[in-house]
Amino acid sequence: MKAFANLYARLDATRSSNAKLAAMQDYLLATAPEDAAWAVYFLSGGRPRQLVPSKLLRELTLTVSNLPQWLFEESYQAVGDLAETMMLLLPKSPHTPDESLTVWVEKQLLPLRGLPAEVLMAQLLPLLNQLDQQSQLVGIKLITGSFRVGVSRLLVTRALGLVSGIDAKQIAQRLVGYTDISARPTAADYLKLIAPINEELGERNDGQPYPFFLAHPLQAATDAFDGLIGSSDNWLVEWKWDGIRSQLVKRNGQLWVWSRGEELITDRFPELNVLADYLPDGTVIDGEIVVWQHQYMEAATSLSETDSQAIAVGVQPFALLQQRIGRKTLTAKILHDIPVVILAYDLLEWHGQDSREQRQSVRRAQLEKVVAQCNQPQLQLSTLLTGVNWQDLNLQRAASRSLGVEGMMLKRKDAQYGVGRTKDVGVWWKWKIDPYSVDAVLIYAQTGHGRRAGLYTDYTFAVWDAADNEAERKLVPFAKAYSGLTDVEMREVDAVIRKTTVEKFGPVRSVTPTLVFELGFEGIALSSRHKSGIAVRFPRMLRWRKDKPISEADTLETLKDLLPQTSRGAKNGDAKVGGSQ
Amino acid sequence: MELIVARPEGLYCPPGDFYIDPWRQVERAVITHGHGDHARTGHAHYLAAAPSEGILRKRLGANIDLLSLEYGQKINHHGVTLSLHPAGHVLGSAQVRLEYKGEVWVASGDYKVEDDGTCAPFESVPCHTFITESTFGLPIYQWQPQNEIFADINQWWQSNADNNRASVLFCYAFGKAQRLLSGLNPDIGPIIVHGAVEPLNRVYREAGVNLPHTQYVSDIQDMAQIRKSIVLAPPSTQGTSWMKRFGDYSDAFASGWMQLRGARRRRGVDRGFVMSDHADWPGLQTAIMATGAERVFVTHGQVHTMVRWLNEQGLDAQGFNTEYGEEAAEAEANLPSQTEPSIEAKSTDMNSLKAFD
Repeated sequence: MKAFANLYARLDATRSSNAKLAAMQDYLLATAPEDAAWAVYFLSGGRPRQLVPSKLLRELTLTVSNLPQWLFEESYQAVGDLAETMMLLLPKSPHTPDESLTVWVEKQLLPLRGLPAEVLMAQLLPLLNQLDQQSQLVGIKLITGSFRVGVSRLLVTRALGLVSGIDAKQIAQRLVGYTDISARPTAADYLKLIAPINEELGERNDGQPYPFFLAHPLQAATDAFDGLIGSSDNWLVEWKWDGIRSQLVKRNGQLWVWSRGEELITDRFPELNVLADYLPDGTVIDGEIVVWQHQYMEAATSLSETDSQAIAVGVQPFALLQQRIGRKTLTAKILHDIPVVILAYDLLEWHGQDSREQRQSVRRAQLEKVVAQCNQPQLQLSTLLTGVNWQDLNLQRAASRSLGVEGMMLKRKDAQYGVGRTKDVGVWWKWKIDPYSVDAVLIYAQTGHGRRAGLYTDYTFAVWDAADNEAERKLVPFAKAYSGLTDVEMREVDAVIRKTTVEKFGPVRSVTPTLVFELGFEGIALSSRHKSGIAVRFPRMLRWRKDKPISEADTLETLKDLLPQTSRGAKNGDAKVGGSQ
Repeated sequence: MELIVARPEGLYCPPGDFYIDPWRQVERAVITHGHGDHARTGHAHYLAAAPSEGILRKRLGANIDLLSLEYGQKINHHGVTLSLHPAGHVLGSAQVRLEYKGEVWVASGDYKVEDDGTCAPFESVPCHTFITESTFGLPIYQWQPQNEIFADINQWWQSNADNNRASVLFCYAFGKAQRLLSGLNPDIGPIIVHGAVEPLNRVYREAGVNLPHTQYVSDIQDMAQIRKSIVLAPPSTQGTSWMKRFGDYSDAFASGWMQLRGARRRRGVDRGFVMSDHADWPGLQTAIMATGAERVFVTHGQVHTMVRWLNEQGLDAQGFNTEYGEEAAEAEANLPSQTEPSIEAKSTDMNSLKAFD
């Protein structure tokens, strides 16, 4: 445990990727494979379920530190991290002779899950008292399931590559599924990660997906496209769907569906299961799961493939999909009301052969055959769009919003299917439409977490409920946002918030409205949960409108005008604000 | 009778008709210590502890009208007996004790209870009413003993030096820098200081504080020597072109705020050493309790928290609004270098001893 805590401290202490790589390398080379297995699991984002409820951890800290509840809360607000607050408030103890990370995780921590509160209250402190502060912080973070340190999965992959001498992309592939929430990595799993490549033959007979190939944003004037990326003739163009990016894996008579977060989501979409009967073994398809409008379901197969307009009309807002994702059990009603299909756009494996190194156009041609042979309404092609040049495509792109898509995807015809956000074997661009935007007023602020602890960085924004000429109009909150400002701006806003505070409610301050920001967001839907009746997706600050007085901020009316025609006046969706890709 | 009240100009003593660390220009100012938010320019008459005279003249002008008192020395002004007592914060820092008609008040200024060896250690002064700071007034702030921190710093420096990387340690130029210098191990390599730090080192040395040999970076021609060095510089130099001369260096920041990971990460340095010149939570509690005061006024820092806590402990506590420091953790991180060396005026010493008697 101490060695892992030291690694955590080293990673936490530096901003240099090379220093982080060196720290991971040192650790992995020095530690036993079973510990390395867990370390890789945690570093690359694996999290077991929360082992002890946060409430109980708070209670324990209160009891031990003998502090009143309010003082604990103030401390927590200042620190912005429960594990760190606990570590700072619990009595300090020297590190006792230490057991390995594996013993700690498997024998001490995981068994805590589900124990009765009084047992936990008795057991936790003696357990944590064996650890010095540094290890305690790590231990508590493992307990709360909030272990995070500034390394990306990609960096872990590179460290494993350095340790094993194997190409990082190969490692990335082996790492897929490694961090599943129920995984219990063993020494053998770790050794498999770093094993020489030739031992891998025949490894591909399970439900493992391939690492997703990710697109880069393309932000340039359309006129410049020819100069930047060449003629549109070299590109396959599709809509950028607003759904869940997924891989469909069919092997050994079984079908697996993986999300881009490498989460296995087969169970969430039972209607896709039928595809297991119609796709041959050794097929992997990359595509987007979207909600499909009911009346089109029956007719879907008869739609002309080039009739992109009709296809897009079949796609429903992401907010609907979110209602399904959130449910633990899928009722017959939900399956009926919110049916999904997968829009296929790439073929990664065919008849058991990895096809990712083939050209995009070749894979696409094969994909079209596969979808045709399968001939099921749940599997559709993501339609190719055609245009004489970029200007022409740009004109078509203007229809994105009304079609419920986010813009276009450009895939180079000779591109291989790469790993992650790479550009070395080919490139995909996402050519998104500009986000919605409104000018909104900051009315509440809350301190941030992590790097922003102690700074007021999380804001609630409001618009007016009536036009300027109404005497008694009010500001109605409609969105929270915390990203988009530079560090300097953040501090400036923080200072204004402190000066204009009206009231404090715990960590939240209400302020005299003075600040106007241009808020951008991706989607908008009706919502009964929000006071404003509106929910927006991915809200973020585009600009601080220092030039605008609050009286010139937008109104609820302006916001409602942005609602898609279909949902206006429709029954309120219970949409949650959140994200897909 | 209230011996100290909060006025727009600063903390004011009505019977004595003088201010303590006022932030607006006044006739008579008692200065607890030389940090910029406590010692401001433009007052007609100053009174401060003798060991802070060098600092005050350096920063406020050599010709300010300054009366200095030895610690413990009493003077009487309009019937108020005033004396200054060590606060352990920086060289010359003082608590102000006021006695009037049998009533005793003590204003702490900034203080630290641990003896750091570079200034007179904090002295507990019994009183009826105590005015305390509260910069680190949350139980999450508990300091390690300074020798442990010095061991960590020297180890960091040694390991960088072994790898031929300069070690840049950001710290406030007055107080923190000298305290750090006193704990560095000069055997590891050269000690380089920024131009804002050295004049204050001189003041400390003149006051008899033993500091290791320091050099300007321009004194060292050999890059290999620079790679073995530790560099003490004010935080305002972070990210400036001045840093370029140190090549691929490792950097750190020494401050009480470094206790929190969030502040450490926001600072954007490799290491954060938790070293403060203010009292930590236990320090504040012991200092307040030791005075025996029944009334406590809380100034700058965690005012709300400390007031509530002290009231729950059975004391009569209230907050004073001041313009010292700032409320949040961000305060220290945002403060500009407090110690731009001031232009030294050439006028003669024109102390009026009359002003304060």
